[in-house]
Amino acid sequence: MNINVTLVGQTIMFFMFVWFCMKFVWPPIVNALAARKQLIADGLAAGERGKHELELASKRSAEVLHDAKVKASEIIAQAEKRSAQIVDEAKNAAKEEGDRMIAAAKAEVEQELFRVKEALRQQVADLAVAGAEKILRREVDAKAHAELLTAIKEQL
Amino acid sequence: MSSEMITSSEYIKHHLQNLTYGKLPAGYERVDHEGHTEVLTQDTWTLAHTAAEARDMGFMAVNVDSMGWSLFLALFLFFFFRKAAKMATTGVPTGLLNFVEWVIEFIDSSVRGSFTGKNDMVAPMALTIFGWIFLMNFMDLIPIDYLPFVAHSAGLPFFKVVPSTDPNVTFGMSIAVFLLILYYSTKVKGPGGFFAELAFHPFPKWMFPVNLALEGVGLLAKPVSLALRLFGNMYAGEVIFILIALMPFWIQWVLSLPWAIFHILIITLQAFIFMTLTVVYMDMAHQESH
Repeated sequence: MNINVTLVGQTIMFFMFVWFCMKFVWPPIVNALAARKQLIADGLAAGERGKHELELASKRSAEVLHDAKVKASEIIAQAEKRSAQIVDEAKNAAKEEGDRMIAAAKAEVEQELFRVKEALRQQVADLAVAGAEKILRREVDAKAHAELLTAIKEQL
Repeated sequence: MSSEMITSSEYIKHHLQNLTYGKLPAGYERVDHEGHTEVLTQDTWTLAHTAAEARDMGFMAVNVDSMGWSLFLALFLFFFFRKAAKMATTGVPTGLLNFVEWVIEFIDSSVRGSFTGKNDMVAPMALTIFGWIFLMNFMDLIPIDYLPFVAHSAGLPFFKVVPSTDPNVTFGMSIAVFLLILYYSTKVKGPGGFFAELAFHPFPKWMFPVNLALEGVGLLAKPVSLALRLFGNMYAGEVIFILIALMPFWIQWVLSLPWAIFHILIITLQAFIFMTLTVVYMDMAHQESH
């Protein structure tokens, strides 16, 4: 248990190993630890952010879905209205067409009636004239009475 | 125990003697175990065969076992730590790296707890102190006669395997710490500031001789207490192991097992205390003023 040069040797070794540790052991491990800590913190933050974004996205998707439903029901309602309108229009058009056709038919019938009446009137007048001619041929001159006959014919 | 019959006192002394290599002067009388005397004709560099020879070698001698073991243990420690440092990535740590990271985080958190200054040297130094002293103390748990028996078979007269039971080793480290205290005190506070801290405190300035004496003792007590605390604990533990080893072999375990288990606590605690006090002293050296 004598104090000797071992003391100095130990002191020198101490400084050597402290230097070695400071240079080659401590920094790589501590840096790796710090980097890993950062990595984990980043990962957790990213996870949190992802969760948040997922929430937002699901909210947005629900909104979009809702909008789409509203729009679809609007479109359906509009289509129904439009179809009812079209049916109405078609009905009206058909009725108008029918009325028009009836009116045309009536006009034609009336025209025909008028024409037949006219023809009939002509025939009756001719007949009357013929009868009267036959009568008058015996009695009167046809020319003298023609004026009178025309007036009768006008009245018919 | 060696094969020849020796007394308990010889056994104890034998176990507490370092393997010393040094110079014996010309005309020195070497007395071997059988009592023969040999007078050296010239200065001789040799291994001391007795405690008296080791003492007579004076300061210029080396405790080969202490130096060898402390060097070997430091290399052992840093071999693994360097290996781990090369493995270190941000990925999932495994095996050795996991263990080393655990140790480093423990050291780092205790250094952060007591060191407030800014110096990248303190934490690695704390790791070196803790790991190295722990391993040196750990040699105490190896059954006391194993390694000395091997050394004796190889022809070495003495072999002490626990470097921290050698005051040279503990004082060597505490002197290194002391030099660092002086260096950083001077660097941070300036020579004037460091002197002022020693001379103008705790009493008024005109009493500076008293202050200087008080603070000087306080300053010197730091390395002395560091070294003696570690040395005393380990030496006492070693002596108790030696005493237990003197008992009949079939009863030794009754005492040596509990003492060894208790010693696991002591070796860790002593390494931790040395480290923590060093960090605290470094912190004091880095503080600008009271």
